[in-house]
Amino acid sequence: MKTLRIKKHPILGPDDFRNTVAFTYNGKTINALEGDTLAAALLANGIRSLRAHEESGSPRSFYCNIGHCFECRVTVNGKEGVRACLTPVSRGVVVESGKKLPLPFKDGGEK
Amino acid sequence: MIDCLIVGAGPAGLSAAIACAENGLSTMVLDEFMKPGGRLLGQLHEEPNGIWWNGIDEAEKLYQRAKALSISFHLETSVCHLEKVDGKYWTLHTDKGKFSGKNLLIATGAAEQSLPIPGWTLPGVMSIGAAQVMANVHRVKPGHRGIVIGVNVLSAAIARELLLAGVNLEGIVLPPRYLLTKGQSEPKDVFQSLLHMVHLAPSHLMKIGGKMALKSSFIRKMAVGTYPKKGFKVWGMPIKLKQTVTEIIGKENVEGVKVASVDSSGNIIEGSEEILPVDFVCISGGLYPLAELVSLAGCPFKYIPSLGGHVPVHDHNMQTPVEGLYVAGNVTGIESAKVAMAQGHLAGLSISSQKNKVSDGEALQNARESVVSTRTNALIHFHPDILDGRRRLYG
Repeated sequence: MKTLRIKKHPILGPDDFRNTVAFTYNGKTINALEGDTLAAALLANGIRSLRAHEESGSPRSFYCNIGHCFECRVTVNGKEGVRACLTPVSRGVVVESGKKLPLPFKDGGEK
Repeated sequence: MIDCLIVGAGPAGLSAAIACAENGLSTMVLDEFMKPGGRLLGQLHEEPNGIWWNGIDEAEKLYQRAKALSISFHLETSVCHLEKVDGKYWTLHTDKGKFSGKNLLIATGAAEQSLPIPGWTLPGVMSIGAAQVMANVHRVKPGHRGIVIGVNVLSAAIARELLLAGVNLEGIVLPPRYLLTKGQSEPKDVFQSLLHMVHLAPSHLMKIGGKMALKSSFIRKMAVGTYPKKGFKVWGMPIKLKQTVTEIIGKENVEGVKVASVDSSGNIIEGSEEILPVDFVCISGGLYPLAELVSLAGCPFKYIPSLGGHVPVHDHNMQTPVEGLYVAGNVTGIESAKVAMAQGHLAGLSISSQKNKVSDGEALQNARESVVSTRTNALIHFHPDILDGRRRLYG
């Protein structure tokens, strides 16, 4: 699959001068570029799904990309509910997708 | 204590901060994003003189001026609450602690209205603004091939930016009519609204045709009736006023959209549904003022649809009825970044004139006139009745 990175742009110019930064997402090493947000770095690596809906488990990604909708919340170094679209990548940071939560009281308990 | 706290480092907030600091006020700017500039970042359009307006450059210019004036910046800082303490000063509660100041300017901009089309929670569905930021700020394409739902000034401008960035687009189509999006789903209404941006059209012929249609309801009816299903191509991309997306399809990610043809009133033509393979979908439902913090401060609101919905009550100097509270930019109504900058400058002077107790009448008067002239000369009007909306606020 072709890369989603926009290296050349007729008005904005080239984007060739950023250092790479590695972090982990769900245990996998992701190579990002300095200045990327977590959401941008993951998308550039072909990963859209950032969490499972807490109740239904359906996959979710960023929606507004500027911090308002909170759809992209992930866990960063153990801190839950961090917005991937506003968080810059940093070396060695451990990112995990939001997980489906148990529903012990719904319909008499989950099967 | 800080003289002026500013929430939002966009065009309005930065311009206000500069005006405050130039008039001797200690000023602090807070913003959630990692870079200053707000939604200037990512804006890219061609001026009538052929020169490109690059929002990233504009943001950098403002930021450098602000830095030279020793304005303090707290980026990556989210304001979650605010209060007025002892009726005297403001305290902002943020994820990086509390900050207090005598005056408060809220320049939080706008948010995007979403359209809950079936399948809209799938990864790969995003607001049109999200795609703009991904491509122009983060330099990552929102996907390999996409479609835009919602035909308006914003979606047309950003679709063009996506094409510039090398993104493949199927085109721009209408949202389905059942979503309480009447004005956005009926080809004849959308066609009418498109005519107000016809001066931006790339070809001279379209400009002439558009102006004629704006004057004649007969031409409009004819044009919508004969509008081709494939759409008209603008900048090489079809704007399809006779197609709608009825469903977004996919398991783990977007895999395609179900499109259907509609008649001039937006009714789906039976049997016309087909599936288009795309890996991302942009939804453009319009903008509304992002005013939660203003309402927390106790400011009254007015409902003015041409300004984007509920806007905080404020006077022509950007002052609200709440003492020490000011507003500027899109939180006061949806307009272009240049208007936001002019409003920010005015708000900054307005705050300074209170503090310095000098009646700097002339400077304020000039700043007010600059807002009005910037508004009148704006290339893009997000709503044809903005001037009327503004009259309802300022009289």
